[in-house]
Amino acid sequence: MAFYFVQFLTGLASAASLFLVASGLSIIFGVTRIVNFAHGAFYMLGAYVAFTLTERFSGALGFWGGIVVAALIVAIIGVLVEMVLLRRIYHAPELFQLLATFGLTLMVQDIVVMIWGPDDLLGRRAPGFKGAVDFFGQNIPSYDLFLIALCPIVLGILWLLFQRTRWGVLVRAATQDRDMVAALGVNQKWLFTSVFALGVFLAALGGALQIPRDAVHHALDLRIIVEVFVVVVIGGLGSIIGAFVAAVLVSELNAFGILIFPKISIILVFLVMAVVLIVRPWGLFGKPEAAARRTPGLTVTPWRPLTSGERLMSLGALVLAAMLPLFAGNYALTVGSEIAIFVIFAASLHFLMSVGGLASFGHAAYFGLGAYGVAFLAKAAGLPMIVSLLLGPVLGLLGAAVFGFFAVQLSGVYFAMLTLAFAQIVWSIAFQWVEVTGGDNGILGVWPERWAASPANFYWLSLGITALVITVLRVMVFSPFGFALRATRDSPLRSEAIGINGKRVQWTAFVISGTVAGIGGALFAYLKGSVFPDSVGISLSVDALVMVLLGGVETVSGAVIGAIVFKAANIWLVSQTDLSKLVLGGFIVLMVVAFPKGIVGTLETIRNRRRSAGTKSALATSRIEVAE
Amino acid sequence: MRRRHLLGAGLAIAVAGMAGNAMAQSEIKEIKIGEINSYSLLPAFTEPYRKGWQLAVEEVNAAGGINGKKLVVISKDDGGKPADAQTAANELVSSENVAMLAGTFLSNIGLAVSDFANQKKVFFLAAEPLTDAITWSKGNRYTFRLRPSNYMQAAMLVEEAAKLPAKRWATIAPNYEYGQSAVAVFKKLMSEKRPDIQWVDEQWPPQGKIDAGPVVQAVAAANPEAILNVTFGADLVKLVREGNTRGLFKGRSVVSFLTGEPEYLDPLKDETPEGWIVTGYPWYDIKTPDHDKFLKAYQAKYNDYPRLGSIVGYQTIKAAAAILAKANSTDPEKLIAATEGLSMPSPFGEITFRKIDHQSTLGAYVGKTALKDGKGVMVNSVYRKGADYLPSDGEVEKLRPKQ
Repeated sequence: MAFYFVQFLTGLASAASLFLVASGLSIIFGVTRIVNFAHGAFYMLGAYVAFTLTERFSGALGFWGGIVVAALIVAIIGVLVEMVLLRRIYHAPELFQLLATFGLTLMVQDIVVMIWGPDDLLGRRAPGFKGAVDFFGQNIPSYDLFLIALCPIVLGILWLLFQRTRWGVLVRAATQDRDMVAALGVNQKWLFTSVFALGVFLAALGGALQIPRDAVHHALDLRIIVEVFVVVVIGGLGSIIGAFVAAVLVSELNAFGILIFPKISIILVFLVMAVVLIVRPWGLFGKPEAAARRTPGLTVTPWRPLTSGERLMSLGALVLAAMLPLFAGNYALTVGSEIAIFVIFAASLHFLMSVGGLASFGHAAYFGLGAYGVAFLAKAAGLPMIVSLLLGPVLGLLGAAVFGFFAVQLSGVYFAMLTLAFAQIVWSIAFQWVEVTGGDNGILGVWPERWAASPANFYWLSLGITALVITVLRVMVFSPFGFALRATRDSPLRSEAIGINGKRVQWTAFVISGTVAGIGGALFAYLKGSVFPDSVGISLSVDALVMVLLGGVETVSGAVIGAIVFKAANIWLVSQTDLSKLVLGGFIVLMVVAFPKGIVGTLETIRNRRRSAGTKSALATSRIEVAE
Repeated sequence: MRRRHLLGAGLAIAVAGMAGNAMAQSEIKEIKIGEINSYSLLPAFTEPYRKGWQLAVEEVNAAGGINGKKLVVISKDDGGKPADAQTAANELVSSENVAMLAGTFLSNIGLAVSDFANQKKVFFLAAEPLTDAITWSKGNRYTFRLRPSNYMQAAMLVEEAAKLPAKRWATIAPNYEYGQSAVAVFKKLMSEKRPDIQWVDEQWPPQGKIDAGPVVQAVAAANPEAILNVTFGADLVKLVREGNTRGLFKGRSVVSFLTGEPEYLDPLKDETPEGWIVTGYPWYDIKTPDHDKFLKAYQAKYNDYPRLGSIVGYQTIKAAAAILAKANSTDPEKLIAATEGLSMPSPFGEITFRKIDHQSTLGAYVGKTALKDGKGVMVNSVYRKGADYLPSDGEVEKLRPKQ
């Protein structure tokens, strides 16, 4: 009995660390609607700065003072980031801020290694909390008890702050209805900045408090960010109590789960999230999102098919791309094939995101399923390449059909997080089912047949399929189905009123998008000759999001440009510099500032402005933009 | 007009041809090795590794290069992703025309590059990946591996572990291929030697994400007499801290993979648990002329002590140089022929690349952890030769696919 009680307390201690970080993220998201990917980076910075301070100043005061000062220092860094970077892009399309914070995260990973070195660092133990308390023969670390006590205190302070101060009232109001708060004349700028500072402070505090029980190292951020996001979503976005309950739920399920299934940890949080979201679409304590008041028409300039001139230009670009093998070497051609494949992948997500208005955080699932489909067919069934290429994506289709059915019942970030959960479930199957998938050692030897083996032929094959896929997707955008999908995106109520079955249309779009991603994955398997669980992983899903956002989410085919720019820059930088993450992150941040609507989106805006310069409509357009 | 064009074209071709000749001549003066590793993902291991191979390149070239040609290493980062490692391998082979590929740390990346090497018929010297598959179940004729494999390290540890009186064993290992196969081999070899042993609990925390408190508590609840640990890096730090505070290791024997390597032992500082049986690299305790020479050169160049990664990086390039010198060619078939059965000196003594499975006989040090001046060290360490801990040739032949 004593054992179960101690295990319960141990779970609570894990929950405490999780809650501190999650509460910060929840507050930031609730008010600013920023998917703050850099939250893990602030957590890690908190740990590093606290390490330095506690090493420098000894004694109890040095330790506890060091922890608080570290959190304050990082909070100041957070304020600077908010004022210099994020303020510029609050008006950008939804999720665009994710791109900026992703770039920051990449930069911080390289910067901490530059400052603190590559070795794992061991922080001091907390003075007064070094030992353990004996409980009927079981030892409980006293620091765990400290964390367990701290958690309700922080929760209480936050509650008082939100319920009993004017600032708290404003924050709660903004969480519920940002536009109304703005309309009432509240200075949003400083509200956002202060909220961001508080959130970052909590993240850094959470990191700093880990140093007596963890090692400080440069991968801390990725370890925590996804898990924290999951906790926030399970609890319900913007709900502090929800984050607390979710942290306890997840930690306790893990603490007791490993007694029965020792391998459960790897997937547990995602399983819990999938179940919670299917049963309660807004998380445990969340409320349905208020219907967004969108400016009429998501895009100020309505989409139109390409003019015949533009069609000719696209064809010209394609012909030019097809001539690459005439002068480029094998390496350039293989990179070209890889870029083409990622164009397919990005375009598939772009279709779902911009046409369907559904942002998937787990799109790699269908890419990876396509790749595994090919690997199974080619290796296990021994089918020829053409057949495998045609049938492989069917696995992506099936996955998208099953998961999409559940996912389209939700919307917004909850939709995104459910797709993430499904992707992680697929990933863990690929990772754990060693007999079938080979586990993390993957499936090797999936090489193309002789006719496609030469880099030039494979390049032409990829390019041809890419061109076909992009064309088909564009045709679909301007087909009746595309119009129905856009109607559902822009106004669910009105489209329902004219007889469009919104959920079914979205589900169809999800399946189309998943299948196209599967085509990309199928080609990718043959390009690399092997398939690993990585191709289902979170980082690939994030890459796809980055490509779409970089290209411009409000455009028809921006993802094509986004994929080419991002992939080419990525491959080139990794090959050229040791600090590829720093440079790539910096590049992304610059792009975000320079092209606040994505590359294609911003260029289109500039062109439209120029075209109608001086006329009244241009004035009206820019006014609508300002009003946004 | 037309004639002038032709003339121009002819001139251009001639110039191009001369330039080509000139380039070819300068190329002959140097031999390139393409090196790939997870520099950005695992800097704690790969930074000392890089220093190691840079030292080796310097020494090789100071001694006249490879049959008079300068050795050049072109190094790429794979970011910890198999797909990116293949992109890098492709660049090295297609654009840089390297004579061979070398390096890699993670098992899945090692396997991806080895499959690439097999497909493109390129020589590949895997430096660090530990998986048994790379030389056995997924082995191929183009791939050789330097470091002692999972199986070899398990066999070395089992030899010591079997002497322990403990009968109830629990295991803690990261939940991925490396952890799984380490535990599987250890269990198999251990149960062969000690049929009286019971396996009472196993814990599989996700790699890099251990929630150490509950894991330690769960293992303690099974009340084992001995524990096998396979976690390393930051996971190990968390495990040790929780285990120390909760008294998990008190009165229990612990056998642990890799923990004696400075990369993983040093971060534990004064919290290093004493008396663990580990494999590792006690650089401060090795008194052989081969190692002294390496240690002095390393410390003189970097003003830092070597980690195991330094040895691996150093020996990878030394081995590559020895192979290239013996083959006196960059033809992969000749390189393979030269490597099979090739013996060479190393800081750990002479090693041989076996013909039968392309595994080198580089060994490892087995000893016990101890605390000295607030730092973790390995004591009573003995070098175990890799050749003594491999299965019989008959068994190996069964494990390796027929070419």
